[in-house]
Amino acid sequence: MQQINDFAGRLGGVYLLPVVVAALAFVMIGAPSSWVTLTVAGLAMGMMIFLMASGLSLVFGLMDVLNFGHSAFVSFGAFIAASVLAWLSGWLEADAVSLNIAALFLAFGAAILFGLVAGWFFETVIVKPVYKDHLRQILITMGALIVAEQMILAIWGGTPVSVPRPEFLEGSLLIGDITIEIYRIFAFLLGLGVYAALYLTLNRTRIGLLIRAGVENREMVEALGFRVDRLFVAVFMLGSALAALGGAMWAGYETLITPALGAEMMIVVFIVVIIGGLGSIQGTLLGAIMVGLMANYIGYLAPKLALASNMILMVAILLWRPNGLKPAVK
Amino acid sequence: MSLLTLNGMKTNIGQYAVLHDVTLDVPEGGVFVLLGRNGAGKTTTLRSIMGLWQPSPGSVLFKGQDITAMHTADIARLDIAFVPENMGVFGGLTVEENLILATAKGRFDPARLKRIYELFPALETFWTKQAWSLSGGQKQMLAVARAIIEPRALILIDEPTKGLAPAIVDAMADAFREIAQNTTILLVEQNFEFAKSLGRDMAVIDDGRIAHSGTMADFAADTALQDRLLSLSA
Repeated sequence: MQQINDFAGRLGGVYLLPVVVAALAFVMIGAPSSWVTLTVAGLAMGMMIFLMASGLSLVFGLMDVLNFGHSAFVSFGAFIAASVLAWLSGWLEADAVSLNIAALFLAFGAAILFGLVAGWFFETVIVKPVYKDHLRQILITMGALIVAEQMILAIWGGTPVSVPRPEFLEGSLLIGDITIEIYRIFAFLLGLGVYAALYLTLNRTRIGLLIRAGVENREMVEALGFRVDRLFVAVFMLGSALAALGGAMWAGYETLITPALGAEMMIVVFIVVIIGGLGSIQGTLLGAIMVGLMANYIGYLAPKLALASNMILMVAILLWRPNGLKPAVK
Repeated sequence: MSLLTLNGMKTNIGQYAVLHDVTLDVPEGGVFVLLGRNGAGKTTTLRSIMGLWQPSPGSVLFKGQDITAMHTADIARLDIAFVPENMGVFGGLTVEENLILATAKGRFDPARLKRIYELFPALETFWTKQAWSLSGGQKQMLAVARAIIEPRALILIDEPTKGLAPAIVDAMADAFREIAQNTTILLVEQNFEFAKSLGRDMAVIDDGRIAHSGTMADFAADTALQDRLLSLSA
């Protein structure tokens, strides 16, 4: 057994898991074109979930805060982006790609800005008074999520809101008999870019070093002369902004959103954070990709099991690795 | 003049009163040893000085400045370093990253780094290794190195010999002697032989109160007092 573990470790360890899952799915699906389409869809979905979940993982790991209101930022990000895109519909339909891109990035920018400001408010007013008290954290952040949903209902109404997409992200690429949606490629690349930026920030900068150290031992970071409470606010704002960006991306992916979006995504986001390992960006990425791939493969192979696929994945991984796939060192 | 003064310090942890009345003067320079049995309040005293637990009432004066209500980070910036009992090394960070985090400006002073390599050669060998992979002794070396990577006025060290092999304890004693030439060390220790070899002044804490203070030479000579204050049967 040890030899198998060592061999798997040399090949990449837990990072090999999505490759193994994809290889198994290839055998079971049989048709290469369907497999490629499902794999790209799974990776794109995984990257969008990663955006939503990465902030929660850091907040969980660094601040030991159970923020059930995290998905409120996802919802607001989605609706704000949808509104900005609707407002700039003229730019979206224009032939000029530059106007398409400008509209898209203004929508994303608005979602991120909301996430930063709302994250600051949420941390300062709602979370700070209940540090170190998990029960109250759950109650107050769940309450905040309900309030946020009601605010969305009051502002945007209860009917589903359609989300216009920029012209340049519409349609699909046809490679032989393989069909790949352009939006999915874009979602994957954007997610990858955000991951790279987060990875470099955490591993190549002093603030990243502080965050990683704070996830392990907050008290010791303070004993070295750093105000972790100020770091908390910054991390919370960053996590909220990433969630809002994830929501904006998800809105473009779904093209029709409802106020229940946040509550629906909350379960998936928590599953990703738990199976990835608390406080770890690599773990969150791994967990999100696993969830994305499994949802697509099982949805194709055994549709009746699709809804349960995430739960089955979580149970299987936690039985194997109770602390998740790649937890931060504590 | 005292570098550190504790005046009637009382500290509660939750509903339990751990320190009842700690009054102590730590002079500048050398090693000041705080002895005491398990659960006497040694660790709580260090943590209260660092602001990790708030003493109330009572006060902590450092170089005459009242630091009782200050935030831990602000206390640390007064050039006070803390080496906790569990060493507090960041396992997911490399040896280099652990040390660079303790520098004031995010870069090493080459002379100080050279001194650390001389004191603890193992740290140079394992420079790029993650700290979780180090042995207990190497982790302790890293924890102490982190405390001296910048000039400090005071270093609080909590039971540095706990669980270490005798050879590493000897190396640690040599290192502390050298460090104490330029810095004051407040050392909490249960290993009396180790403490005796280093301490100039000392105090014994018992049941949250300072039961005795004086010079180490006098205390070492008084076996009856040692038995009364430190033995398990007392």
